[in-house]
Amino acid sequence: MAILRLQGISKNFGAVAALTDVDLEVDAGQVVAIVGDNGAGKSTLVKVLSGVHSPDGGRIAFEGREVTIPGPAAAHRLGIATVFQDLALCENLNVIENLFLGQELSPFRLDDVAMEVRSWELLRQLSAKLPAVRLPVAALSGGQRQTVAIARSLLGDPKIIILDEPTAALGVAQTAEVLNLIDRLRENGHGVVMISHNMSDVRAVADQVVVLRLGRNSGVFDARTTSSEEIVAAITGAGDNAVTQRAARSETVDRSGMAGGAW
Amino acid sequence: MAAVDLSDERLRQGVGPRAVVGLLVDRVRAGELGMVPVVAGLVVIWAVLQALNPIFLSSTNLVNLTMECVPVGIVALGIVCVLLIGQIDLSVGSISGLAAAITAILFVNEQWPVWAAVLAAVAAGCAIGVLYAQIYNRVGIPSFVITLAGLLSFLGLQLKALGTSGSVNLPYDSALVRFAQLSFVPAWLSYLLVLGAAAGLFLVGYLYARKRRTADLPARSLRFLVIRSAVLVIGLGFAVWYLNRSRGVGWMFVLLVALALALHYALTSTKWGKSLYAVGGNVEAARRAGINVRLVYVSAFAFCTTLAAIGGVLGAARLAAANQSSGGGDVNLNAIAAAVIGGTSLFGGRGTAFAAVLGILVIQSISSGLTLLSLDSSYRFFVTGVVLLLAVGVDSLARRSRASHGR
Ligand SMILES: Nc1ncnc2c1ncn2[C@@H]1O[C@H](COP(=O)(O)OP(=O)(O)OP(=O)(O)O)[C@@H](O)[C@H]1O
Ligand SMILES: [Mg+2]
Repeated sequence: MAILRLQGISKNFGAVAALTDVDLEVDAGQVVAIVGDNGAGKSTLVKVLSGVHSPDGGRIAFEGREVTIPGPAAAHRLGIATVFQDLALCENLNVIENLFLGQELSPFRLDDVAMEVRSWELLRQLSAKLPAVRLPVAALSGGQRQTVAIARSLLGDPKIIILDEPTAALGVAQTAEVLNLIDRLRENGHGVVMISHNMSDVRAVADQVVVLRLGRNSGVFDARTTSSEEIVAAITGAGDNAVTQRAARSETVDRSGMAGGAW
Repeated sequence: MAAVDLSDERLRQGVGPRAVVGLLVDRVRAGELGMVPVVAGLVVIWAVLQALNPIFLSSTNLVNLTMECVPVGIVALGIVCVLLIGQIDLSVGSISGLAAAITAILFVNEQWPVWAAVLAAVAAGCAIGVLYAQIYNRVGIPSFVITLAGLLSFLGLQLKALGTSGSVNLPYDSALVRFAQLSFVPAWLSYLLVLGAAAGLFLVGYLYARKRRTADLPARSLRFLVIRSAVLVIGLGFAVWYLNRSRGVGWMFVLLVALALALHYALTSTKWGKSLYAVGGNVEAARRAGINVRLVYVSAFAFCTTLAAIGGVLGAARLAAANQSSGGGDVNLNAIAAAVIGGTSLFGGRGTAFAAVLGILVIQSISSGLTLLSLDSSYRFFVTGVVLLLAVGVDSLARRSRASHGR
């Protein structure tokens, strides 16, 4: 049974229809990749799921029950954890404080030691390369910050983890580590929603690929059996566009080259 | 900064006092000055004023100085909280004046018991803060404007309440006035408090270090903890002994220190404190982390105006009167300047409770020293302004250096 099911989600920003009638389903132990061009509405969909934006229309069902997600705290309570594209870290706070922000242990007498131990555990799990955990996040590099943001989403054992371009700033080893992590999350029965522009990452871990185009569903594909070309065609809108033109051009060059040789 | 391995910090911490000193020098170079500039500034100011007038560092004058610090110091503690969330309250002076007027009118004119009058004034202060936060949350007017409006309106209310006579005297034999003017900690108790503070500091540090060691984290050595407490006993003990040569340590000053300690605990060791820093650092991140940002605004504004009211009541008690100039003049500016001189950032997310106490010590020292030289308030304003600029300048330079050192 699907843990999360969205039906007919719409979201408008003034005159811009960022999402129109979008459906999405995530099962336990399934990795769903959402792909689409810049401005396709991927991050907006993520923000609807994490309670940052409320949808203008549509239904959200979590574990079979219909729910509303009025705010980020409600999403946390349901068990939806999110790594945002812009990371949403507080630069003046240190790594531990950022990891536990809003979910501190024992609110009236913060348990520093337990939080620090857990922080090291999480960061080690991600092979994080951090000089120290008591450094303000302002002092970290882009990739280090991304690692911190991912580590934060793993706190509190969420049921669904949403990653908005989680590997965009990561090094080779850390990217592999995040892909391994996604595999592990699937094995542990978590649902994972991953957004990425990187086709090889998508094909490496996703079970299902959902394509958004101009704020609408543009196809759902099985990642194992669909070729990258089909997915790209759905992303760009099949037919005449820059990507197919480019592919076609290189094909003609190839062919004319071969023809020349034959003559 | 090179990508160093996880164990890096542990390695650097584990190697004796030389490394500790080295780390400290590193930090100063990198612009992590913390309290160092304020304390250094205070020492310089005291040296200069003592050179100009040898009475300045006398026990009697220092006792006066500590007592003078309290009302505005308490207001400054509240200011630290609103500055932390990246807001400002310009109306603390008017609120403290209004609280003074409410206390005096209810207590003297209406014959309420003193505690009820004080409670009413403080509750009014708290309500004003809640009102500010509601306006901010619902209408979205910048706090600068809301509290500027508050400054004017509550000044008007204070003048109206005090009526044509413009002044209400508090009886000298009332508990409130006695507390603010005459109640000092007995000498034996003051030394006991010093010992208690040192023992407490040691115990807290020891338990924390033990907990860290059992969790396999680097911890402070026993020797460090012992030395720290010894330094505290000697330093505080000397200060208390010196004050005890005159009237001693006022209970009111103890109240300021206790409030600062409580706020320090709340800021560093509770979820509420962390949420203040988070909102000041990045509101949107705080919101997405599930923090109730509106509630944070309400609590910070209410906390600030409540402390402003308490400061106002104590100010009236020290004066044994509430009049039209209560809370006027320099209360506002001194309270904000104290927080900023102590190292609180005007842009939110950076500052400590002790900042306010150190800052107000600087400001009151200048004020007291110049009064001793029988210079009028024009000089005081001028010098305080220059010191404020210097303090913020040092902080800005430090911040720039911090940025270039990748912190
Ligand atoms: N807060 C907002 N206010 C107004 N318009 C917005 C807002 N957020 C997004 N939009 C609009 O909604 C559309 C979808 O944006 P979204 O950020 O979801 O794209 P995306 O698919 O995540 O793109 P990218 O691949 O560049 O991250 C865009 O046209 C954008 O301009
Ligand atoms: Mg996006």
